[in-house]
Amino acid sequence: MQWFACYLTTGKHMGFYVSFGTVLLLLAITAPTALAFGFAAAGAARSAIAPLRWIGKTYIAIVRGVPDIAFFLFFVIALDQAFEWMRHKVKCADWDQPIRQGNDFVVCAAAKLPLGNSPQWMHETYGFFLAVLTFSIVFGAFAGNVLFGAMRAVPHAQLETAAAYGMSRRQVFWRILVPQMWVFALPGLSNLWMVLIKATPLLFLLGVEDIVYWARELGGAKTPRFTDYPHDDWRMWYFLALLIFYLAFTRVSEVVLTRLMTRLTHGQATTGGEAQRKAAT
Amino acid sequence: MSCWETIADYGLRSLGIGERLLPREGFTLCQQVTLIGSGMLWNIYFGICALVTGFGLATAVAMGKASNNRVLRKLSEWFIFIFRGSPLFIQFFFAYFLFLSLKQATGMFAAFSSAWAGALVVLFLNTAAYSGEIFYGALLSVPKGDIEAADAYGMSGWPRFRRIVWPTMLRLAWPAYTNEAIFLFHATTLVFFSGFPALQQKGDALYYASYFADKTFNPFIPYPILAGYFILLTLVIVGIFGLINRHLNRHLPQDARPKLRVRPNLLR
Repeated sequence: MQWFACYLTTGKHMGFYVSFGTVLLLLAITAPTALAFGFAAAGAARSAIAPLRWIGKTYIAIVRGVPDIAFFLFFVIALDQAFEWMRHKVKCADWDQPIRQGNDFVVCAAAKLPLGNSPQWMHETYGFFLAVLTFSIVFGAFAGNVLFGAMRAVPHAQLETAAAYGMSRRQVFWRILVPQMWVFALPGLSNLWMVLIKATPLLFLLGVEDIVYWARELGGAKTPRFTDYPHDDWRMWYFLALLIFYLAFTRVSEVVLTRLMTRLTHGQATTGGEAQRKAAT
Repeated sequence: MSCWETIADYGLRSLGIGERLLPREGFTLCQQVTLIGSGMLWNIYFGICALVTGFGLATAVAMGKASNNRVLRKLSEWFIFIFRGSPLFIQFFFAYFLFLSLKQATGMFAAFSSAWAGALVVLFLNTAAYSGEIFYGALLSVPKGDIEAADAYGMSGWPRFRRIVWPTMLRLAWPAYTNEAIFLFHATTLVFFSGFPALQQKGDALYYASYFADKTFNPFIPYPILAGYFILLTLVIVGIFGLINRHLNRHLPQDARPKLRVRPNLLR
């Protein structure tokens, strides 16, 4: 027992516990960013300006029909290269060699991201930043789809009434449409939140040292030659722990979101609101 | 080397037939299209097998969750909760290492530590849980009048289920089930990234796409090819499920038939 407690508190295990924080941090940053992306996309898809509308609709549509994991793998390299290419254009304007030389992607040393001489934590932070951006782009498209649907669900007569009162398009959007759409968007958004939680292990594929990485690393069989805490292949148990962690997390989210939904439907002219009214009387 | 030769060499590479070595340099577009297409065979295999086997279990789970028997109900609820509440990616990892230790312990599970059987089991259970929940929802919305009419005709038990409840349940669940099917095919891309080894580089479409992206540092060619294949596959699935949908709804008047609407596919 003593041995086991010591085993679970080795320095490497601290890395494992910290990586749970990484996952929560990713969720905390990605959720609002993706919502903002989605909001912008849904707003653009409703815009009166045709090119803006096309951009919004294409962005929302493109993530359908293709496995998301392909997007994750694609965006991480694509974004990295896009950033380096832009810095290359700005910083090394007199560079005359082509950037794609055969199978290599070559930019000048000053344009490298992060710079070759920067410390290790910069590299890790940059990797994490790319992962967050990738998650935000993909989930932003999903959120955009949900919000676009929610905006269409707001009764059209109300928008017309607002226009009849002399509100401009902008005022109708911000004062009538946006405050009312949330109750329609919430079921979709809470589903999205669940999906986002369940997508976090994919961080591993993006090269971030997350819980999956540590579970594989720590669980693997260790011989007494290299460590004070030798053991057999325990990866199964580590992944069982992760499975339980995610089950608990989704369960808690489910309970919280159900409560939130009950509160938001209160007094709304929807089936849910009507059911609440009937139950109360 | 002409494109036909490449197709002859690499067309069935994902099954281990044809040229052994993957291309190492001077990648042509033809090679990428052929190899990624060859990998699609695995995605289709996993998808179809899991869908067909999962369908039966999903019906059973839905019936279990709706049953009056407490034990059956709890069992089905927990099954659905465990597989829907955790990431498929972690399920793959856990199953792989579970099969690996079982293999060392008994030797009976040797086949399950390779992708074709082990990943299939996970996908089968996973899709059974997701479609079980869909079927359960549909089971609850079978019109009361239909059941009463069946009772009035003297039907009960198995005949009533087979001839009244089950067809109506399927009919109601079909649009959602179509999405689940698309979803499942997309989920098959996770298999070779989650522990299950691609022996002799026999992998699925995404495995080859990421192989090319890693070798060429150019994600702008392999991933759009992969996307193209999957959009094609999605269209085929929607087409087939649309035909079945028409068959299920053939007794309804024309304007009362529900249209298949494809909703966005989220990963699990």
